[in-house]
Amino acid sequence: MASRRGMEVSIAAAEAVRQANADVIAAYPITPQTHIVEHLAELVNNGELDAEFIPVESEHSAMSVCIGSTAVGARSFTCTSSQGLALMSEIVYIAASLRQPVLMLLANRSLSGPLGIWNDHSDIMSIRDCGWIQVFAENGQEVYDHVFIGYRVAEDRNCLLPFLVSLDGFILTHMIEPIELLDQEVVDRYLPPYKPLYSLHPDHPVTMGAFAGPLLFTETKKAQDEALKDALPYLKKGWQEFGDLTGRYYHPIEQYQTEGAKVVLVTQGSLGGTASIAIDNLREKGEAAGLVKVRLWRPFPFAEFKEAVRGAELVVVLDRAISYGGPGGPLASEIRSALYAEERRPRVVNVIAGIAGRDVAPEDFEQMLHQAHNKSGEGYEIYAVRE
Amino acid sequence: MNKNLDRLTIYASRLLPHKEYFAPGHRACQGCAEALAVRLVAKTLGRNTVVASATGCIEIFSSPMPLTSWNVPWLHVAFENAAAVASGIESGLKVLMRKGRIPQQKITILAMAGDGGTNDIGLQALSGALERGHNFVYCCFDNEGYMNTGIQRSSATPYGAATTTSPAGKVVPGNVTWKKNMPEIAVAHNIVPYVATACTSYPFDLTEKVKKAAAVEGPAYVHILSVCPTGWRLPTHLSILAGRLAVETGIFPLYEVERGRYSLSVDVAELRPVEEYFKIQGRFRHLTPEMIAKIQQRVKKEYACLKKKVRMTNEDCR
Repeated sequence: MASRRGMEVSIAAAEAVRQANADVIAAYPITPQTHIVEHLAELVNNGELDAEFIPVESEHSAMSVCIGSTAVGARSFTCTSSQGLALMSEIVYIAASLRQPVLMLLANRSLSGPLGIWNDHSDIMSIRDCGWIQVFAENGQEVYDHVFIGYRVAEDRNCLLPFLVSLDGFILTHMIEPIELLDQEVVDRYLPPYKPLYSLHPDHPVTMGAFAGPLLFTETKKAQDEALKDALPYLKKGWQEFGDLTGRYYHPIEQYQTEGAKVVLVTQGSLGGTASIAIDNLREKGEAAGLVKVRLWRPFPFAEFKEAVRGAELVVVLDRAISYGGPGGPLASEIRSALYAEERRPRVVNVIAGIAGRDVAPEDFEQMLHQAHNKSGEGYEIYAVRE
Repeated sequence: MNKNLDRLTIYASRLLPHKEYFAPGHRACQGCAEALAVRLVAKTLGRNTVVASATGCIEIFSSPMPLTSWNVPWLHVAFENAAAVASGIESGLKVLMRKGRIPQQKITILAMAGDGGTNDIGLQALSGALERGHNFVYCCFDNEGYMNTGIQRSSATPYGAATTTSPAGKVVPGNVTWKKNMPEIAVAHNIVPYVATACTSYPFDLTEKVKKAAAVEGPAYVHILSVCPTGWRLPTHLSILAGRLAVETGIFPLYEVERGRYSLSVDVAELRPVEEYFKIQGRFRHLTPEMIAKIQQRVKKEYACLKKKVRMTNEDCR
């Protein structure tokens, strides 16, 4: 029987890595990711998880180790935040082009400078185009579940892509939540051991990571792009089967009160819960407001998103990262682009808030939505900033 | 190694395995001693090897998609992380064997990089992998500069050498820093059971060292001087001679450090003048007699220091 226990989300994430029977864990400490790897080190040193725990000298090496270990067929795990991701980013891109199904948890934290340890999405947005499957978790249960879903989909021979799960630093990593833990038997049924299509072994020598000249580079990149786009149905299948086993179903786009909504708020990550309270309040006041949560960031679910906002006149997008001097936050730019060719497209107003740990309360969302009615839908605005 | 050299003509063909794991047809420059070094290392380690290669000449000339020179499993990820990738390969194979997912067997993990990928940009990853004690062989193929990108200076470029970023100018006469002593940095980790220097001009010495490196438990570091005719402005038929002169002048001494114990592989009774090594290479063409004297003095001092280490560490062991 599945058990429900109150535990810190970081501990739950580490427990999921144990239940997924990871073979190699490589990580370098950075706030607020630390509790996850600390607990994994305990599990390994106490003999509760049979894995190689490699305390690397940098995040760059963490991802390099994970590529090496995945390339021999070992299920590998790392997690990081902010500057750690920035340092490893060179290798993050290569993990995808080498088609190595590494799983990474990213405890979202603002990128320096100024140095700040608190939560926003500037780190994940800096590697938007790295070629990984990228999913946002809203709460601890989703983080725990996506360790299994992540490995299952990443290692699916129809995908063979690395998988990143974003969880908001502190807001999720350090939160104690009731988590429904899966029985090992359910995990084993859902997640078979990793059997690589190609691996490094003397019995079947292969060359991985060859260099490509202009004659082949474009074709190589097209193949990679198609692999990521084609992963969507297998991710949906992975979610569906997980739901059938656990009763928890996930979708690329999650909707809340969007039925008949004229105004739709769009968020990612843990703010979804807060935003839903604001939507409830507005609905009580008789306003036709709804909420769309973009769970799947890459490959971007264009069809699902367009369907979710169909009928809306105003879409208010909350971004938690700035694209300095650009057209808007990364999420809003994506959404404007997704809707551009639509015949009846809603106005998209972009608000940037919740940067580096600045709190966003339900009443803030309500205010953003009210103010949005008077906005043109061009550019972006940073919410409640002192000038 | 001298035990074999005196009967070289009789036994040479039997001393090396015939099977090639680094196939011909690659795109190295004519006279490239690095390609020769890689071939000898691959031959020595044999079939049960997995290679993690850094970006650099070797990677470029041996893996032009869709071709490959590699008859052993080979992975290239990036420039500065060969040692970290090798750490992952070693740990992955270890845990999979422990869990019974692949058969138990001895597989040698070889990490390889040039001097830039070792001394400079890869130093941190290498130090981390050595310190953690992974069981792997690290070979640095040292051609004394960033030859792949067009002969720029690295921290392995010797004093005085002209490169494209340390040109012999009217004010600054080429590279003004002394070569970073990478083998000593490996030794200084105090946990690396085997460190050696080698050169393709002494092929049997090189292969014996690679065998020893593969045999020890834990990390092993082999620093191989790989003569680069293109970068050193050297006639391509003189690669082997240049390597011999590097050793015989004492500029690149061949030695081993086994669990902290130093031994000279080629004990040159009387060092040849450094000028003999310099005069065949265009990169040293501009050296003045004063600069040569300065280098000569330092080479003698360093060679004496190395011999002292040999005496001291062997006395300690007695």
